[in-house]
Amino acid sequence: MTNLIDLTLNELVIKIKSKEISSKDITSVYIERSKSSKKLNTYIEETFDDALKNSEKFDAKPNFDKKLAGIPFAVKDLFCTKNVRTTASSKILENFVPTYESTVTQNLWDAGAILLGKLNCDEFAMGSSNETSFFGNVINPIDDNLVPGGSSGGSASALAAKLTPATIGTDTGGSIRQPASFTGTVGLKPTYGCCSRYGIVAFASSLDQAGPMTRDVKDCSLLLEVISSFDPKDSTSVDFKRPNYSLNLNKNIKGKKIGIPKEYRVDGMPSEIEKLWEKGKEFLKDCGAEIIDISLPHTNYALPTYYIVAPAEASSNLARYDGVKYGFRAEGENLIDMYEKTRSQGFGDEVKRRIMIGTYVLSSGYYDAYYLKAQKVRKLIKNDFDEAFNKVDAILTPSTPSSAFKIGEKTDDPISMYLNDIFTVPVNLAGLPGISIPAGLDKKGHPLGLQLIGKAFDEQGILDIAYSMEEKINFKLNTKDWWIK
Amino acid sequence: MSIDLKTVKHISKLSKISIDDQKAKKLEKDLNSIFKWIEQLNQLNTDKVEPLTSIAEATLRFRKDQIISKNIRDDVLKNSPKDNKDYFVVPKVIE
Amino acid sequence: MIKDQYLIEKNDNKYEVVIGLEVHAQILSESKLFSTSSTKFGSEPNSQVSLVDAAFPGMLPVINEFCVKQAVKTGIGLNAKINNKSIFDRKNYFYADLPQGYQISQYKNPIVGEGSVILDLPTGQKTIGIERLHLEQDAGKSIHDIDPSNTLVDLNRSGIALMEIVSKPDLRSPEEVNLYIKKLRSIMRYLGTCDGNMQEGSLRADVNVSVKKLESDKYGTRCEIKNVNSIKFMQMAIEHEAYRQVELIEGGGTVDQETRLFDTKRNITRSMRSKEDAHDYRYFPDPDLLPLEFDDNFIDNIKKEIPELPDQKKNRFIEKFKLTPYEANILVSDLETSKYFEKVIENSDVKLSANWITGELFALLNAKNLEITESPITAKNLSNLVNLIKDGTISGKIAKTVFELMSDGDKNPVDVVKEKDLKQQSDPKELEKLIEKVINDNQDKVNEYKSGKEKLFGFFVGQVMKISGSKANPQIVNEILKNKLK
Repeated sequence: MTNLIDLTLNELVIKIKSKEISSKDITSVYIERSKSSKKLNTYIEETFDDALKNSEKFDAKPNFDKKLAGIPFAVKDLFCTKNVRTTASSKILENFVPTYESTVTQNLWDAGAILLGKLNCDEFAMGSSNETSFFGNVINPIDDNLVPGGSSGGSASALAAKLTPATIGTDTGGSIRQPASFTGTVGLKPTYGCCSRYGIVAFASSLDQAGPMTRDVKDCSLLLEVISSFDPKDSTSVDFKRPNYSLNLNKNIKGKKIGIPKEYRVDGMPSEIEKLWEKGKEFLKDCGAEIIDISLPHTNYALPTYYIVAPAEASSNLARYDGVKYGFRAEGENLIDMYEKTRSQGFGDEVKRRIMIGTYVLSSGYYDAYYLKAQKVRKLIKNDFDEAFNKVDAILTPSTPSSAFKIGEKTDDPISMYLNDIFTVPVNLAGLPGISIPAGLDKKGHPLGLQLIGKAFDEQGILDIAYSMEEKINFKLNTKDWWIK
Repeated sequence: MSIDLKTVKHISKLSKISIDDQKAKKLEKDLNSIFKWIEQLNQLNTDKVEPLTSIAEATLRFRKDQIISKNIRDDVLKNSPKDNKDYFVVPKVIE
Repeated sequence: MIKDQYLIEKNDNKYEVVIGLEVHAQILSESKLFSTSSTKFGSEPNSQVSLVDAAFPGMLPVINEFCVKQAVKTGIGLNAKINNKSIFDRKNYFYADLPQGYQISQYKNPIVGEGSVILDLPTGQKTIGIERLHLEQDAGKSIHDIDPSNTLVDLNRSGIALMEIVSKPDLRSPEEVNLYIKKLRSIMRYLGTCDGNMQEGSLRADVNVSVKKLESDKYGTRCEIKNVNSIKFMQMAIEHEAYRQVELIEGGGTVDQETRLFDTKRNITRSMRSKEDAHDYRYFPDPDLLPLEFDDNFIDNIKKEIPELPDQKKNRFIEKFKLTPYEANILVSDLETSKYFEKVIENSDVKLSANWITGELFALLNAKNLEITESPITAKNLSNLVNLIKDGTISGKIAKTVFELMSDGDKNPVDVVKEKDLKQQSDPKELEKLIEKVINDNQDKVNEYKSGKEKLFGFFVGQVMKISGSKANPQIVNEILKNKLK
């Protein structure tokens, strides 16, 4: 029997349905491996005992019609899971146990999946390196001194280290795609409104989206199929006919027009990234696609726009963490004192910094100059994409301006940390779908990703292109299990 | 627009997060460099641009007037920091 | 200067009081504005709280269509502009009964725009302008007096739909405020959009008060008075606050713009402990919600549901039934009263019915603290009573006795009259006999009368009534007596 750990999600599903392996087989293997991998610090909450029980339950009465029949899954600790601790990697929710389930994870369990545990991330999804978590930083399986990216760092690391066959994360400014790029895995942020936000700890409401993180594009399309649904409990959820993404997956992209935005060629871009991008263009041409130069003139303004809009929404979304109804509470002499101490002790530095930025940009006298202005620039950015998509079917860019950086390297300089999101942020601002696939290695042998951006609700389009490119690229992730005890 | 220590203290009061002087000074530094960077937006003329009100370009969906959530008091109070089976308990407000 | 204008005088200066009201009216609906829990009043604490109401992580608002319709309906009832597109904004502040740390409200783009309401003052009609009406969430309740060292929070009320109705600063006296609130309440009860129950808190108001010298064009600085939960307290608060401001100005001081509370024990307004930065609400459009939009069709369908409103009904009562404006006003201000009245007059004289309802019936209801829907006497039986008076079976005086007897178990007056033998004596022959007896028994007084003491006529009538056990028909007695005493 091939090492179960090395099978993709699709392969596991086939083997389970053909009764070649049992759910318990897969689940116990993943549990063992996860238990031996504590060094990476990917798990916040382990539900191994229940997972094993559930796998046995599945095996006793299997339902092979389910798309993820009996497959174990660990998920980012931003999804509220019923009766399982959900912390958002924050002290303020350290002991919070939801009595409800998020729609996206419910979709997983309805499809037959089994919960392995909750994965570490940047606190309240704010970060690009998984170094802001209350539960400690996560390590990239590529090398022990590297960050896995963020905020879905725990998810990317667990995925790359094969502690879970696939996983889901959330992406507000790049939090799925950037860690995917840093760990040599595939990560998709769907169109805004494609996946329900109900039950996901909110960061920035107009930007957050849940998405699949997988080993390859085929797995990604299967997982998207399962988690994407129209949810009447989320007013921003869009009711559209969701195609059978994995069934429809098509390598033939002859004649597709791929745009190359000149503004993404930023000053000081490392030559390796440039070369990778060029290689990407070549691969696409080999697949029969047409490369077209396009312009997204307001690209440079995307990051500052994001760092006004996201903190503003976050400052309001995080106001509910006040020690009154749930979560951590500090003792106070009176109500105000209690609030101030609770939030000061309960939130980490990055979260506090962003709440302060957000509060300031919304405050009296500054709203027009900052928030309103940013929402206008956001319109311009969206218009850029709408214009471009009149000429092309998808857009190719690098995913990140570098490969994974060293732990601690950027923690002192917030702006250098924010610049990590330079290629991913515009996609969230415009509400479009974006996927990162591993495309090569840098000089140090660390993975680099390429990003495809699609038209709204055209996940199928970018999955097809990614599928086609993936075959040509033939990327192999080689981690050496150095963290296994 | 430069942010001074007084502004930092004001924002911390608005957002109900207490900060000591040392942290306040660091924040002052961080916020100033972040805002300086953000200020690039002023280079753009957006006088004739409408702000983005909704990504989906759709309008609000209605729900029927039905009671679906019934008495879930135990669930709602379950994670509450103080032990009280009927109410949320907080320190007194000074009126 | 208008006659009977409400003014405050000090040192020969006359001050006008300028008042604006922000009324919060709870919408009558099954479930809350953005969540699916119940809105019923008076339930066990925290038993009507959904996950959304308690602001758990990941919870999201979904709007109740019926609440939107109720707001539009109210806007139509206020003759206001309905805005096809409006936006929900977050009003950010921290308080124990505000679980989200923000209230979902409407700031720059409310659902309803300018409108007006007409008041019937003794001096004539006055139009009060409405600035706007918007939708927002109600907050929970903080209870300070159960636990000595803590505040207890009940979130049952959190999330219930409120209509905030903002008036223009057109009110000029505590009495106008009284009429305005009653008019608003009346309209909303007619429409079924709010039950206007101030004791239960489904209708509350914040009052803005300023003063200005009569001859001046410039408005003064206003103060907001919060926490007045009855019309009476509102009027007291306004009076006190206006005097306070006048004293301040006359003493050389200036009025600070501030929020004040009405202290019901000491009958004064006092400044709320200064909440630093209390007013930086950092409004921004709620990113969990899209713009609220509906077409003219939606509005027209709601227009079709609008019943005859108080003003229309009043005009109809005056024209069709020839009631006085005063009578009409009383009968229409409460929908149920007008329904009762219209039922009674199906078979009875209008004027008499109006008098009996606004007189004896209202007195009875007040005494027993009952609503007209709980009246011990049904419309049908009141109608029967009125008919008995009209056709002369009983006199007005006897009718009062019958009324009292009827109120114990909604008895049919016809039965009561029969049982207690209260029928009026109207037979002239019988009455003549009684009158002759009285005359014979009081010859001396008859002589006095005939020699000019006309006042004694009443004495004779009285005596006839006495010996007839009050059953004599007074009109016929009068006639016969007049003849006999010529």
